[in-house]
Amino acid sequence: MNVAVCEYGAGNVRSVVAAFRRLGAAATTTSSPADVADADLAVLPGVGSAASAMAGLRERGLDRVLRERVDAGKPTLGICLGLQLALEQSEEDGGVAGLGILPGRAIRLRDGRVPRIGWAAIEPGGEAFYFAHSYAAETPAATARSEGVVAIAEHGSFVGVQFHPEKSAAAGARFLERCLSRV
Amino acid sequence: MPLPRLIPCLDVAAGRVVKGVRFQELRDAGDPVELGASYSDAGADELVYLDVMATIEGRSSLLDLVARIADRLAIPFTVGGGVRSVGDAEALLEAGADKVSVNSAALERPALVSELAARLGSQAVVVAVDVTNGAVLTRAGSTPTGRRAVDWAREAEERGAGEILLTSIDADGTRDGYDLELTRAVSEAVSLPVIASGGAGSAVHVADALGVAQAALLASILHENPARLETLRSELRDLGVALRDAA
Repeated sequence: MNVAVCEYGAGNVRSVVAAFRRLGAAATTTSSPADVADADLAVLPGVGSAASAMAGLRERGLDRVLRERVDAGKPTLGICLGLQLALEQSEEDGGVAGLGILPGRAIRLRDGRVPRIGWAAIEPGGEAFYFAHSYAAETPAATARSEGVVAIAEHGSFVGVQFHPEKSAAAGARFLERCLSRV
Repeated sequence: MPLPRLIPCLDVAAGRVVKGVRFQELRDAGDPVELGASYSDAGADELVYLDVMATIEGRSSLLDLVARIADRLAIPFTVGGGVRSVGDAEALLEAGADKVSVNSAALERPALVSELAARLGSQAVVVAVDVTNGAVLTRAGSTPTGRRAVDWAREAEERGAGEILLTSIDADGTRDGYDLELTRAVSEAVSLPVIASGGAGSAVHVADALGVAQAALLASILHENPARLETLRSELRDLGVALRDAA
């Protein structure tokens, strides 16, 4: 099982690679569109600002190859900012065009303490995962929520999660195992 | 609101966990990766690693340590101590840390908080505030700054901080309980998550802190002993604190 974790200057890729390796998958970081195109599973992680992350994807030609993967039905996982970038648009940084893999947009969290940081249960399922975000997806593709916030969104072969499975201990490992089992 | 968090704090120096009273007479207390993994298994929600020496010479060994922690642990961790620039913080995040904590350098040059937030995102920026009698101290609690805790926390929020790690120097090490008055004042002044620190001696103290803050830092109460975290979690559950199910 070959997992390509996109390296594009937006955050903690090492932890994502480590999480997949602990599950026995051959995970590597890469900036190469060819590697991302060929992988059994491609992962778009990301923390930080939407505008600079999108610029990082475009510079490396990863935006196009990610869209093509999903069009071709190849399994692709977006984590945190990776989910938000997959949407059509984000209101972050005065408005940023996303990859358009998922319908909808990323909006600033307005309730509670922001950033929303910590473990929270998702429904359905009831398991707690670790979240750390100031923006959230608003999308008809949502398949799980946490305290009203979109926790998982799916469209075709793309799965996006707002939480960090790589930082969610045993629950996160079980989630990533399910991602691998679908490949 | 996410669940209240329990965050063990590990003091590290030269690649080892150390224990000591107010940074005096440091004694070796084990391997930071192994102890962190044991805390994770015992149900820790996050960890904080504090480089207590923070020497420039120790920087590359700290980065190696951070990488080993990231490879092993599947819970978030913050690294603090000696972060003086965006470059320092970026190196820690690239090595695998989830967040960095800044203290003295941000007090000397508050724009650092803005720069860190712009480059790394607010969620990665913890501003540590050491307080005595409502006043902020710098340089490991040794030097007054003339700032009030509430004002500095507000400024940190405006500049893009993601969390406030609030330590009462008065309560620290006493085991008489967290400074609830201070914690409540800061928590009400900002809309960021606040991590209460200093003074925990019992489960009741931790439960009280979690009534006014979003997380509690656990240092001397744990004695570098993960089994204590397990008993503390069950005592907190008995007190009605909703902790995550770590299974």
